[in-house]
Amino acid sequence: MSDVLTLSNVETMYGRVMAIRGVSLKVTEGSIVTIMGSNGAGKTTILKTISGALDPFKGRIAFERAEIAGLDPDVVARRGIAHSPEGREVFPLLSVRDNLMMGAYTRRDRDEVARDMEKVLGWFPVLRDFLEKSAIYLSGGQQQMVALGRAFMQRPRLMLLDEPSLGLSPRLIQEIFAIICRMNGDEGVTMLLVEQNANVALPVSDFGYVLETGRIVMEGPRDVLLASDDIREFYLGIKGEAARGDRRWKVKKTWR
Amino acid sequence: MELLTIADVLQLLLVGLSQGCLYSLIAIGLVLVYKATEQVNFAQGEFMMMGAFVGYQFIVLMGLPYWLGVGLTLIVMGAFGYGIDALVVRRLTGQPVFTVFILTLALGIALRAVAGMIWGFGNYTLPAPIPGNLKIGPVVMAWSSILAILLTALISVGLYAFFRFSRHGAAMLALSQNQLAAFYMGIPVKRLTSVIWAMSAVFGACAGLLLAPITLVSTSMGFIGFKAFAGAIVGGFGSIPGAVAGCLLIGVTEPFFDIAFPTMKGIGAYLVMFAVLLIRPQGLLAQIHAKKV
Repeated sequence: MSDVLTLSNVETMYGRVMAIRGVSLKVTEGSIVTIMGSNGAGKTTILKTISGALDPFKGRIAFERAEIAGLDPDVVARRGIAHSPEGREVFPLLSVRDNLMMGAYTRRDRDEVARDMEKVLGWFPVLRDFLEKSAIYLSGGQQQMVALGRAFMQRPRLMLLDEPSLGLSPRLIQEIFAIICRMNGDEGVTMLLVEQNANVALPVSDFGYVLETGRIVMEGPRDVLLASDDIREFYLGIKGEAARGDRRWKVKKTWR
Repeated sequence: MELLTIADVLQLLLVGLSQGCLYSLIAIGLVLVYKATEQVNFAQGEFMMMGAFVGYQFIVLMGLPYWLGVGLTLIVMGAFGYGIDALVVRRLTGQPVFTVFILTLALGIALRAVAGMIWGFGNYTLPAPIPGNLKIGPVVMAWSSILAILLTALISVGLYAFFRFSRHGAAMLALSQNQLAAFYMGIPVKRLTSVIWAMSAVFGACAGLLLAPITLVSTSMGFIGFKAFAGAIVGGFGSIPGAVAGCLLIGVTEPFFDIAFPTMKGIGAYLVMFAVLLIRPQGLLAQIHAKKV
C-alpha cells in the first residue's frame, strides 16, 4: 500500500502564534488514521493546512506524490481531498439535496452522482424526509450527516474529518462512526480523522497520532496505542489500578 | 397644491416606476456583491457613471452604431468589474468590513476624478436607445423608460432562473452562505466572486445607459447610487426581490413626494427608508435567518 498523504516537518502560524510545530505524518491508502489531542493541540490546524485553508510556514505536504502546500483550498479539493470541517459548516439556506449536490459540484458524471446520492441516503435514511428542507432546520446530528454525505459526494481519494462526534449523543456518535467505517470499508475512501473522543475514534482506526501543543508526541498502530498506559489514562479515560489516581485525589483533598 | 387628475397620477406612477427600475438595476448589483462577500460596494453608483461614460465614448465620440456601442460598453464594464475585484478588492479578503468600506468609498471618488480627467467635468448627451414617446390616452411615456421597466423585469427573472437552475448560480448561492465550505467543495470561489463583481458592474452600466438620456452624462450622476442604496436597505439588504421592491417603492413615492413638498425635493427616498426602518428594522423582505458566519 502506498502513502496517499505525507506531511514532513510542517509548521503553521496562526498570526504570530505557531500552532503546529514540525509535524510529520503519513496516511496509507485505504486506511483510517486518527489524530488525537486535547483542545488547542493543533488538530484542526493540521487539517486546514492540508486542505489549503491555511498555508504552512514551513514544510512539505505531498498528496499522491504531488506537492499541495500553498494551493488554494478549491484546487486541493479538485485534486481529490474532501474536507468535512469542524462544526459541520453546511450551507444553511440551501436544501439538504442542494447541500449534498454541492459536494458533486466538480463532477460531470451525472449517473454516478445520482448513484452516490442514493448511497448517502441509504446510509442516512433520516435525510430522505428532509431533502427539500433548508439545512438550517436540521438538528446537529442531521447536519453532521449532511456534512459527511456532502464530503462523500465529492468522491474524494482522501477524506479529512474534523471532529465528527462534536456535540452528538453517544448513540448518534456510534451511528456516524459506523457509516465512516462503511465509507472506508465498502467504498475504499482513505480517511484522516481528528478526534478528541479517542474512545470511538481509536478502535476504528488503523493508525494513530497523539498531538500535544502542536507536536506529535506519540504514534503507532491502533493496538499498540490501545495498550499504552498513557493513552489509556489520558485519552481513553480508563484508570489503571495504579495508585496515581488516588495519589492525586489525596493531594486535592488536602489542598481543599 | 391643486388636486391631481387621474391621468396625472397614472403618469407619475409610471415615471416613478421606471425611475424605481433604474434604482433597482443599481441595487441588484449592490446586493449581489453584498450577499456573496459581505462587502458593500459604495462605488456602485460610480460603476453606473463609468458605464454611461464608456457608452458615451463608443456611441458619441467614436460614432459607433448605438447597439454595437451598448454591447461593447457592457463587455468593457464587465471586464472592469472583474478586474476591480481580482486586482483590488480580493486583496482585502479577511480584513475588517470597515477596510472595504473605506476602499470602495475611495474608489468611487477616484473613479469620478478619472472620468473627469478623461471625458471632462461637463454634461454630455447620450442618445436614447429608442427615441420618442409612447402615448396612451393622456399618459406619455418615453420609450427608454419603458425599456428600463422591461429590462429590470427581464434581469430579475433571469437572475432568479440563474440561481435556481444553473450549476454556477447554485455555487454562487453556496459561496454566499458559507465561503469556507464552498472552497472545500472545490468551487472556484475567487473566480466566481470576480464574476459577481462583473455582473454587478454590467447591471450598473445598463442603468447608466438608460439614465443618461434622462439626466445627461456627468461625473456626478453616480450620486443616484445613494437612492439605490436606500432602496436596497428598505428591501432588507441581502435579498434581491427585496431590493427591487424597495427601489420600486422609493421610485414610485418619490415624484408624489416632490409634488406635495416641492421645498424638500429629493429627500423623499430617505424619508421612506427612515420610515420603513422604524417600522420594520430588518427591511421589507429580509431573509429570516441571521446569516451564519
